[in-house]
Amino acid sequence: MARTAVLGRLNWQLGAVAELVQETPRVASLVLDVPEWQGHLAGQHVDVRLTADDGYQTERSYSIASAPENPRLAITVERLDDGEVSPYLVGEVRKGDKIELRGPIGGYFVWRGGDDRPLLLVGGGSGVVPLMAMIRHRSASKSTTPTRLLYSSRSQDDIIYRAELDALCAVGDGLTVAHCLTRMQPPGWRGYARRIDRAMLEEVAWPKPQNPIIFVCGPTPMVESVAGHLVDMGFDATSIKTERFGPTGG
Amino acid sequence: MSFISRGFRGKRRDTSSSSRVPPGQYVVSDFPVLSAGPTPRVALAEWTFVVEGEIDEPKKWTWEDFRKLPAEDVTKDIHCVTKWTKLDTAWKGVSVDTILEGVETAAEFVMAFSYGGYTTNLPLEDVSGGKAWIAYEFDGQPLHPEHGGPARLLVPHLYFWKSAKWVRGLRLINKDEPGFWESNGYNMYGDPWREQRYWGD
Amino acid sequence: MTVQQSDLKLDGNAIGGLLREIFTMEMTTAESTCAGCQKVHAVGQVEVYMNAPGVVVRCPACGQVQMRIVKGGGRYWLDLTGIRSLEFSA
Repeated sequence: MARTAVLGRLNWQLGAVAELVQETPRVASLVLDVPEWQGHLAGQHVDVRLTADDGYQTERSYSIASAPENPRLAITVERLDDGEVSPYLVGEVRKGDKIELRGPIGGYFVWRGGDDRPLLLVGGGSGVVPLMAMIRHRSASKSTTPTRLLYSSRSQDDIIYRAELDALCAVGDGLTVAHCLTRMQPPGWRGYARRIDRAMLEEVAWPKPQNPIIFVCGPTPMVESVAGHLVDMGFDATSIKTERFGPTGG
Repeated sequence: MSFISRGFRGKRRDTSSSSRVPPGQYVVSDFPVLSAGPTPRVALAEWTFVVEGEIDEPKKWTWEDFRKLPAEDVTKDIHCVTKWTKLDTAWKGVSVDTILEGVETAAEFVMAFSYGGYTTNLPLEDVSGGKAWIAYEFDGQPLHPEHGGPARLLVPHLYFWKSAKWVRGLRLINKDEPGFWESNGYNMYGDPWREQRYWGD
Repeated sequence: MTVQQSDLKLDGNAIGGLLREIFTMEMTTAESTCAGCQKVHAVGQVEVYMNAPGVVVRCPACGQVQMRIVKGGGRYWLDLTGIRSLEFSA
């Protein structure tokens, strides 16, 4: 059960890697057992801290991919070839290794559910991670909130959580997913094949009178472009929550 | 010491001590980009550099004027307060001594100021006597905007936050005043050899 | 001079942990009124530049510096002079 009042300093905790899940060729999820975990809300993140044996330390933030209902905590990491931390988390880390983290962090980019506003989720690349936590929370809490995910990936092989998203849509309880593949499309592809633009948003977004809550997450330029279009389309800025992942999306 | 992450090495850094590496620093081979705001894009046709403040007549150069000034190739080690050190960085620029030639002033300090609003303060003697340049090339190429181009201040003997990117002028001032980082925790002087990172160091 | 979007720009979500350290409560939902242009934004929406000797927070509307945060040598330095008012729940 997630708390609503979040007071007090967050301590660094240790999570043990229980499982590693290869999601796509470059993306993996680390599923952690975190004994002192206090719970979280969908959309929040953790700060991960790595320490080398000479004392060198560095931190990164990762969105929590798992639903609050899941007793294990999952983060999903995209491996950047010239990255400092991601090649360690996706490549070196093994089951049983411990990861130092603190959290949950964030109160702005969260979806609790429990109201009657439809949900529009727009994700680019690894920006889909916090949106997936929301989708998983929706499913675990048996919510039927009408939800649309517009998810942009480079190619079909780069779609994170692809099978799970297909399965959740097939349940038919009000979740639909529109994919756009920006670089490569498989033969016969009938989804979107270009970067998210205003015309695409006009087709996918809930009509304004339905008063959706909107979450946009991904690389900074994509988030700003999408948020700009949504405001131009007449959605109230306070209904649009954004989270920028920097140039490469995490 | 806190928890150690098994097998984590971090970016390539050389922690072996050497007389060229100030205390608390490590040597890197890349050139990290640090930024406090959007990268200013300055058209060369609009670029100017000024010397103003405690001076009888302010001086001003356009890019064309500036590029006519004698320039030098310098190779220096640079030290960022965020702990990275880069050895043998190659720059081309105009010595600040050339910029200040003929300037008569009783001022003992300067405030360097940049496109985008950044400022940093230095003693006048730390930007003269062959210790500072207005650099416009790095590694034989025009200085890239993300590293401070068209031109940046280069003061290698101090922490690199003093080497103001996108520099557009020096203001001669009588009393030392804190610039952008100096007014919020960073040391007024910034000598890496005495590890003067923060207030009170 | 034209100023372009920097690749290094993030938003207030990225400093949620740091703000939590300082304020000991969740701050990304706090609303800040810019001392420059008076526009109000949730801290989660402000522009954040973290790749620097310190963190610089800027108003998404006018670009003015709202906060500077330096952590080092066992201390924090916090400059909030770019914020006219910060509103958050009790």
